[in-house]
Amino acid sequence: MSGHPEALRAENIVKRFGQVTALEGVSISMRQGEILGILGDNGAGKSTLMKIITGFQPPTSGRLIIGGQEVALRSVDHARELGIECVYQDLALVGGLSIYHNLFLNREITYKGPFRLLNNEAMRQAAIERLGEIGVNIPSVDLEVERLSGGQRQAIAVARAVGGASRILLLDEPLAAMGAREAGAIIDLILRLKQRGDLAIAMIMHNYAQTLDIADRIILMQRGRITYEKESAATSVQELMDIVRREYRAMRAA
Amino acid sequence: MRGDQGLLRARDVSSMRRAVWDQFHAFLRTREASIVIVAVVLVIYFEVTNSNFLTNANLQTLSQTIAAWTIIACGETMLLICGEIDLSVGQVFALAPFIMYFAHDAGIPLVLALLLALAASGVIGLINGTITVRLGVPSFVTTLGMFYLINGLTLTISHGSPVETPGSPEFAAVMGAEGYAEIAWAIAIVIVMHIVLRHTRWGLHTVATGGNLLGASEAGINTNRIKTGNFVLTSVLGGFTGILEAFRIGSTDPLAGGSNIMFLAVAAAVIGGTALAGGAGTIVGGFVGAIVLGVLRDGFTLEGINAFTFDLIIGAGILVTMLSNIHLGRLRQLGGRS
Ligand SMILES: Nc1ncnc2c1ncn2[C@@H]1O[C@H](COP(=O)(O)OP(=O)(O)OP(=O)(O)O)[C@@H](O)[C@H]1O
Ligand SMILES: [Mg+2]
Repeated sequence: MSGHPEALRAENIVKRFGQVTALEGVSISMRQGEILGILGDNGAGKSTLMKIITGFQPPTSGRLIIGGQEVALRSVDHARELGIECVYQDLALVGGLSIYHNLFLNREITYKGPFRLLNNEAMRQAAIERLGEIGVNIPSVDLEVERLSGGQRQAIAVARAVGGASRILLLDEPLAAMGAREAGAIIDLILRLKQRGDLAIAMIMHNYAQTLDIADRIILMQRGRITYEKESAATSVQELMDIVRREYRAMRAA
Repeated sequence: MRGDQGLLRARDVSSMRRAVWDQFHAFLRTREASIVIVAVVLVIYFEVTNSNFLTNANLQTLSQTIAAWTIIACGETMLLICGEIDLSVGQVFALAPFIMYFAHDAGIPLVLALLLALAASGVIGLINGTITVRLGVPSFVTTLGMFYLINGLTLTISHGSPVETPGSPEFAAVMGAEGYAEIAWAIAIVIVMHIVLRHTRWGLHTVATGGNLLGASEAGINTNRIKTGNFVLTSVLGGFTGILEAFRIGSTDPLAGGSNIMFLAVAAAVIGGTALAGGAGTIVGGFVGAIVLGVLRDGFTLEGINAFTFDLIIGAGILVTMLSNIHLGRLRQLGGRS
């Protein structure tokens, strides 16, 4: 796997929120054509790490190297220009807006001309196409997102992230609210995206077995640090459970 | 055979009735529906009970009242949708024509003086917005402070007394003095703002900001910029309305505007279906809301109902329309789900 070119490297990322230190020096590497599984306790800093890579929050310190170049991300738009797409844990959908407006939120298709009016028809068509492509079944793209079930919403958020010409894809618990069939469809989609070969994918997950199944490499985060990192093939659910349990006992003893 | 045909016909009629009913339901599900019905009923009622209602003179007066509330409601609607409110806009309304007056007095051509007054109004909005989004002060508080601050400023520079609005009669006519000039401005602004809200990225991002603040910013929308921009817009529209009214009346009064016009504009927006909690609303709804309020007030005045009673009835009217709005909102949701 290490033969794949590196798409992104984060070095020694520290993030503090006032008194709380969410990340205490985290380094990760993402490679093209590879799926990185991120596991860890609640509050370990997984989402925070992701939000730093998407340009949503600046790190307190640390470096980000994207495509071989060090960058200081200015904004979500900046990160997106560099090919970074994501599905946030809270999905970042607007309930009162239609599915197609949500799919194109902040990168709307507009008519040419001085007023750049919204081209709703083009967005609607593109939305139908994209949802069809990735096999999401929804009665109408005109529906407001608040009318959808949790799993359907999640599918919309995933569809939004995989639509662009992304090179780095971050998914924060993309299967959390999904039924077995829908989760299967999303996993299929992610594996298909991996086949493209030029996309680096990171998934934050809670289900060990599922993660080992999909991911090429996994890391375990605990209390703001990476405590374990291995190729999926070289570890097992049992080993991961043992680590977490040992950690938990040590914490209780202290 | 005969029985069959009768059955068929009955089925036809019932399916037609059903189609009409469906259409009616589709209309009810639009945000402005309830308020349009209220407006129509009110106009019919006052026309039947009072022969002076649909006369040219009365319509003119009515249109002017509605125009002022409508223009301000356009701004407040945008602000409410993105989750904020501006209580100070009625004071900007009073201040702007004075800025124009003094600038003109200092030798600046009237058109430039007018633009200067609008720019100054915009700066007030910018301050409202900046304090609200950068310092995290709720806009209710920010603009309440600004309300008193600007009122003091207007009273100070005017020494508390009215002045004559400058300008030629022709210019004044265009800027609101001519019978239907003010409503023409209002309708033009409604059209532009409707397009902005429904057909531009700015409008969409305004809805997104009010609907899911964190989500919108995670999607990369600069929500601070959206909010601040809408504060500026509301202030400029408030200042512009004050200027229109100053031209229409011919004198510029430091006591004009204030909280009354602001609350009526907010009421118009809310009656028109804009959610006080943000995330939903329409410009056209605010316009119809202003029409309802204007018709109510005008109609009651014609019937000789005194001002105290009027406020009582308006208050009750606002409550009833808002309740029916919420009720119809529920119906809309149920209808959409099934
Ligand atoms: N905006 C914020 N302000 C203050 N503290 C924050 C903020 N965001 C996260 N934190 C804190 O940082 C720590 C890490 O949070 P984070 O959301 O990254 O955890 P996580 O690993 O994603 O957890 P989960 O599995 O529950 O999603 C937590 O203690 C959290 O309270
Ligand atoms: Mg998380």
